[in-house]
Amino acid sequence: MTTSAHGRAPVGPAPENWAGPVPDPLTDPARTRRIGEPMPRLEGLAKVTGRIKFAAEHAYPGMLYAALACSTIPKGRITALDVADAERAPGVVLVMTHRNAPRMNPMPGFGSDPKAGGFDTLPVLQDDRVHWNGQPIAVVLAETQEQADHAATLIRVGYAPEPAVTSWEEAVANGTAPTTIYGGPGRRELGDAEAALRAADVSVDEVYRTPYHNHAAIEPHAATVLWDGDELFVHDTTQMVAHSAWSLAKIFGIPEERVHISAPYLGGGFGGKGLWWYQVLAAAASRLAGRPVRIALTRENVFRTVGSRARTEQRVAIGATADGRFEAIIHTGASATSRSADLSEPFILPAQCTYAARTFKLGVEVAYLDMMANTSMRAPGGAVGSFALECAIDELAVKLGMDPIELRLRNEPRQEPIDGRPLSARNLVRAWRAGAERFGWDRRNPTPGAVRDGEWLIGMGCAAATHPYVRSPGAAARITLHRDGRAEVEVAAHDMGMGTATAQTQVIADRLGLEPHQVTFRFGDSRLPGLVMAGGSQQTAAIGAAVAAAHRELLAQLLKLVGDGSPLGGLEPDQVGSLDGGVAALDDPSRHESYADILDRAGRDRLVAEAVAQPPEELTARSMHSFGAMFCEVRVSSVTGEVRVTRFLGSMDCGRIVNPRTAASQFRGGIIMGIGLALTEELVLDDRTGRVVNASLADYHIPVHLDVPEIDLIWTDIPDPHAPMGARGIGEIGITGTGAAIANAVYNATGRRVRDLPITPDKLL
Amino acid sequence: MNPFGYARAADAADAVRLGSAPRAAYLGGGTNLVDLMRRNVVAPATLVDVTGLSSAIEERPDGGLLIGAAARNTAVAEHRAVRARYPLLARAILAGGSAQIRNMATVAGNILQRTRCPYFYDVAGSRCNRRHPGQGCDAIDGHNRDHAILGGSPACVATHPSDMCVALAAADAVVHLRGARGARVLPLTELHRLPGDHPEIETELEAGELITAVELPPLPPGAASGYRKVRDRAGYAFALVSVAAVLRVERGVITAVRLALGGVAPKPWRARTAEQALLGAPADPATFRAAARTELAAAVPLRHNAFKIELAERTVTAVLADLAGEAR
Repeated sequence: MTTSAHGRAPVGPAPENWAGPVPDPLTDPARTRRIGEPMPRLEGLAKVTGRIKFAAEHAYPGMLYAALACSTIPKGRITALDVADAERAPGVVLVMTHRNAPRMNPMPGFGSDPKAGGFDTLPVLQDDRVHWNGQPIAVVLAETQEQADHAATLIRVGYAPEPAVTSWEEAVANGTAPTTIYGGPGRRELGDAEAALRAADVSVDEVYRTPYHNHAAIEPHAATVLWDGDELFVHDTTQMVAHSAWSLAKIFGIPEERVHISAPYLGGGFGGKGLWWYQVLAAAASRLAGRPVRIALTRENVFRTVGSRARTEQRVAIGATADGRFEAIIHTGASATSRSADLSEPFILPAQCTYAARTFKLGVEVAYLDMMANTSMRAPGGAVGSFALECAIDELAVKLGMDPIELRLRNEPRQEPIDGRPLSARNLVRAWRAGAERFGWDRRNPTPGAVRDGEWLIGMGCAAATHPYVRSPGAAARITLHRDGRAEVEVAAHDMGMGTATAQTQVIADRLGLEPHQVTFRFGDSRLPGLVMAGGSQQTAAIGAAVAAAHRELLAQLLKLVGDGSPLGGLEPDQVGSLDGGVAALDDPSRHESYADILDRAGRDRLVAEAVAQPPEELTARSMHSFGAMFCEVRVSSVTGEVRVTRFLGSMDCGRIVNPRTAASQFRGGIIMGIGLALTEELVLDDRTGRVVNASLADYHIPVHLDVPEIDLIWTDIPDPHAPMGARGIGEIGITGTGAAIANAVYNATGRRVRDLPITPDKLL
Repeated sequence: MNPFGYARAADAADAVRLGSAPRAAYLGGGTNLVDLMRRNVVAPATLVDVTGLSSAIEERPDGGLLIGAAARNTAVAEHRAVRARYPLLARAILAGGSAQIRNMATVAGNILQRTRCPYFYDVAGSRCNRRHPGQGCDAIDGHNRDHAILGGSPACVATHPSDMCVALAAADAVVHLRGARGARVLPLTELHRLPGDHPEIETELEAGELITAVELPPLPPGAASGYRKVRDRAGYAFALVSVAAVLRVERGVITAVRLALGGVAPKPWRARTAEQALLGAPADPATFRAAARTELAAAVPLRHNAFKIELAERTVTAVLADLAGEAR
């Protein structure tokens, strides 16, 4: 490698094909200065001092406040709708129902178009039909929030109820239907797994159940909406600005460029902040009233009108030889959905990639209920699928009399297990070994119930974590290089609180050879380039690839500007890279000219380079997944069945870590959510009425501080040669494996196997 | 929220005068009442703010305590005499709510808080006899994991949510009341009513009657006391089952005992049947378990809460065993 006087090498153009043999130059630590630094969050101070405005904090002259009235039956027709008292209530400006709502097109369902962002495809307030218990049936606009809230309670509704499917058991009895996983197959098979299971020396075959979960983001959903003629402006809290803008344009029948969504700051999303009814209702009511509208959902509104993670029932069967080689992995079952969402909870994702086996039978089906559309929640499929799979492996280890880590290591695949794609970078074995040593796994007593401290039984458990590497097509970036050496980089991406802007500022600084203070990263606005949703833990890679493409374009433009007098004269774009605030020859970094000098000499104030990321060919060419080895210790009261997690370690393998500080927060947050999944969280739908019973954070139990121990984290930090910066996703993986690690520790502590989440005290009596 | 009036009471007499108006409600810390108003569960015409009334914690000559009704929960839990003489009460208060809620909530407000039955809160979508007499109860055949196994009726199976009251019940606390017809006292265990056919009538308080203080008589000399709460998460959750107990053991025999259960009944549940079985019996786990069983023999489980019977039995046994160890 040829380096500069500082010992660093220029950062040349990133590969044109991420599946190819040449990695991103930023995977090389010698080319990076900021990647790997624990940079504090850029907006942290402004956030904690209240200087940031969230979607419900924007105000406009004449703005009205919205409140919702929602259905109280799961299915049927509205036969009477008396809004007279509400209309007469103080401060009320408009009551919008299906009778006076503007005609709108249905919400384009997510996946039906690359830009479609709707998670429910029902017509919004267009007819008298009720499809779920809690469906909005009226919107009240008033001069104050209190007036709107009060008037909404004055609306009187009569219904003609129709038979509804509101119990899981009834839905399953009606028959489950095959489905897809994000458009891909919902069923994967290799060989005859049932036969292999029957013939196996040792096997387990169990059913695991997981309930509905709510995202419970600290910021309830909200939007402030403003029409200017037929131009729509929305301050939203969304993890998909471009998708939402395109979809709202379709709904209102206006050109895409007339919808402008701004969402720079979110108080968490976790998959729940897409396009739902509330934005459509607020925009429609605002149009009708001719005034700006703020809609800020109550927590109860969030529970009733925004989708949750679906309930699942999963069979996992594993057959193994006497020495622990997997002969068969069967992971099948069903998840709940509504007809309007038709979205599976893809719990077979971990079984597709984590272990080698001679045969596989994987499949997810859906059971239809008359319920709110379900949706993605942190680690769709992986969070609940890893619970079932990793518990089954623990059960098999017990039957084999084998250490559960050893059993896992014996089945480490050498390629993507079912389709044989070559591995990109997989260092799960290293994560297991490092984690076991750090956690003190060798001190675990494998006999259940053998370790006791007074009434408290103590156990250790482990499980693998995994999340796929995702990079959706369509991400784009615009780099504006200024004469003073500053750069602005614009991407229609998102920072839901995870530190996207901070991490990307580090990446951009390294890619462009700048200091972080010279870089401004702009995001969270539908008018910025490209299509990136904050989903699939993909943003680091997706934005990274888009910026890399724009950087390639920038280098080409810069070379066009340099004249023969420049030290760079005669070089081709592939022969140069960014270094020290300018451009240098890759093979001789002393041939260098600063951006400022190049622009200066060319008489340019700025240079703009915009490009779309290369298509994600690495996804189909390689087996690319983030992994982790999760370890925990629990104490279980032998009196009350209460479980306390006392130690937790995540040993992660997610490629290169861009920012150890924000990454640790992502892992930790995921693990805390995993503690909730394991022990406390269950969204209850009344099986007679389909109505959410525990629609508050007093009743829907997310973990409190006392439920969360200090969480230790380590990572392999080994760059993935096919991922931008060598970095795979980190945002969702923490919740995977965690549920099983806790359930397995509870088994080790007590000898009780709970296969039905959450593990509440009553299940351990 | 409906429009309402607000008045701040200067003293107890003023409060009773203001509170005797139609649809008036006394306002303490507001940690429950304001929520109920925001959710349209209740709609008082006037709030009479009684936080300016006595919040003093007085030590009485007999060794007991008199706690002003406006004393904040935190102040009671932190009070030196409470911690020294009534550990069950300090622990019960600290097991409830969050630090912020305890800082606001008053003693009388805690006693008069309403059930957390989710159907009671769901004004728009669920039936509730406690909220709307005669409407029906959606909990009895609905999701009732948190509901009562003791003292319920076909009209209502909601539980009383207070931790503090369970300790007060076991401590033989007496509430001081003042109403239009003068002052009176009532044992805490007789303040709350079981639902029967009228779950909407939750206490023996007359219209406008105000709790002015809670009096704690001294615990039996030489007795140990404690409180244990079992819940779904480590903090900020209502009890699945809780146990407050006072126990004295002399030469291996139980010579004084008071036992109360929370999370299992529509009121703080004084377990007198168990107490009878315990008094004079040997202080051993078999006795404790048998006594718990006699109390729980009357339990009527619903679809989702049968576990509470065993959980209560186990928790009672463990708490008494702990106290027996402490007292010995």
